[in-house]
Amino acid sequence: MRANCWVGKNNVQVQNVPDPKILNSHDAIIRVTSTAICGSDLHLFGGFVPTMEIGDVLGHEFMGEVVEVGQNVRTLRRGDRVVVPFPIACGACFSCRRSMFSLCENSNPNAEISETMMGHSVAGVFGYSHMLGGFAGGQAEYARVPFADVGPLKVPDELSDEQVLFLSDILPTGYMGAEMCDIEPGDTVAVWGAGPVGQFAIKSAYLLGAERVIAIDDVEYRLRMAAEKAGAIPINYEFTSVLDTLKELTGGRGPDKCIDAVGMEAHGHGLMYAYDRAKQAVMMETDRPIALREAIMACRNGGVVSVIGVYAGLIDKFPMGSVMNRSLTIRTGQCHVQRYMRPLLERIRKGEIDPSFVITHRMPLEQAPQGFSMFRDKEDNCEKIVLKPH
Amino acid sequence: MSDTNVVKTIIVDCSPETAYNFWHELDNLPKFMTYLRSVRPVGDQRTHWVAQALGGIEVGWEAETTVDIPNREIAWRALDGSFKHTGSVRFERAPGNRGTLVRVAMDYGESGFLASAMSGILGSDLGRRISHDLRNFKQVLELGEVTQSDASIHEGTHPAQPPDSLPWNTQAESDVRAEEIERSNV
Repeated sequence: MRANCWVGKNNVQVQNVPDPKILNSHDAIIRVTSTAICGSDLHLFGGFVPTMEIGDVLGHEFMGEVVEVGQNVRTLRRGDRVVVPFPIACGACFSCRRSMFSLCENSNPNAEISETMMGHSVAGVFGYSHMLGGFAGGQAEYARVPFADVGPLKVPDELSDEQVLFLSDILPTGYMGAEMCDIEPGDTVAVWGAGPVGQFAIKSAYLLGAERVIAIDDVEYRLRMAAEKAGAIPINYEFTSVLDTLKELTGGRGPDKCIDAVGMEAHGHGLMYAYDRAKQAVMMETDRPIALREAIMACRNGGVVSVIGVYAGLIDKFPMGSVMNRSLTIRTGQCHVQRYMRPLLERIRKGEIDPSFVITHRMPLEQAPQGFSMFRDKEDNCEKIVLKPH
Repeated sequence: MSDTNVVKTIIVDCSPETAYNFWHELDNLPKFMTYLRSVRPVGDQRTHWVAQALGGIEVGWEAETTVDIPNREIAWRALDGSFKHTGSVRFERAPGNRGTLVRVAMDYGESGFLASAMSGILGSDLGRRISHDLRNFKQVLELGEVTQSDASIHEGTHPAQPPDSLPWNTQAESDVRAEEIERSNV
């Protein structure tokens, strides 16, 4: 089959690879009908995530049709149309039984690597490095899905692929970012990053009762989308001081809740940005936490900083004094997608949210390499790319 | 081998009785210590172990069970003169009834052919190998089989791509495992 493979820093290629096989009795094989490029794929593309191997099949946002099931699969059968959540979760362990699916104790065959890097291991993830399991991803014609009774969600025929595809990752991720804020009526929420996850965090903050949501980015077309499609007040950090503007918008108090939807490759200005870039270049700091620092400094006393942007390793110059003295709460996590898929599918069905508004480009799988470059370089107002393998 | 004396623990979601019974059944040991080919009884408290070393060579040794306290502890030692190896596994109910703490201690001597063959099998980091085996043990007990990824299905480093071929009859093995788990849980 054809699959989009990582072959080195800033280099992916669509190659011929073997078709997936059933490896465990709870597996299903999916014929992929739609798959997407995620902002976090750009961290892999740029070589920022350790433990990648040449030839790794990428992609953790995908959906399709079940074509084969392992013999212990109970709830799926051939022909079912499903969306697949990006964390691989067994459904049986301590974490899964507490609905913390991205922390599954049994789904990462390389748990020792992830334990060495992070203290404890985390769940396996499709197409996302060997420390997260070495699972082939879904930017391919077919994909193997472990624990088929736990992850994949059957979706009704009346909803199109584009309406439900993002249940695999970015819609639940944005939603969890807002949910972790414990939004109260009247709250002002600030969201750093107007990429697709940021857009859904904005939408979700409104769904959960925020009165005013502010979007912070330096890409004008993304801020325009945040304003026009998601209803946010845009701040372009290229032209204004974010902290001053946020104070001005909140009478000096700061936003009640702040969401970092940027993560480890944040851009910025000035000395701190230069410092982070230099340290990251020599691997003394793996992540550039510019948005996170700013979110902490901006948040009102006693507020919540919710982190859904991806961090991989170490950060520097973390303003702990601000967090401690101002009674801030930091909440974070890789999204426990399985927990949110059904309720969010209901919201899509009822028309409360149509996630397809973020899609700007559709292309065949064969053009994935061009898609990666275009998405990274923000060419042609690119916000979200959907790939069609067939 | 850098580590010759290692203690590792894992928490498994089952009773100490289930964990002990599963470990006590010699045929179960190769299911989670995947370098073992077989372990079989050869007489009073004695067992014969066969492991696969590098290049497909099989190495074997005899061991004696030195402690066997139902639902609590099993300990053993190798009987070959040149191969100094002792091991034990203890089972303890976890606080809050959150399963069982399974604690393995192993000691490998440095001298002799068997020791160097084992060092080839276990890799340079014995602790990591034992942690991996304990995770396998947890998966077999909680799920009925060891979770495989596209890259993990073969030993050594592989790209995360579907494998050309399977190293053994995975489906058949998992069926057997699933059946045995069901039996051992009864």
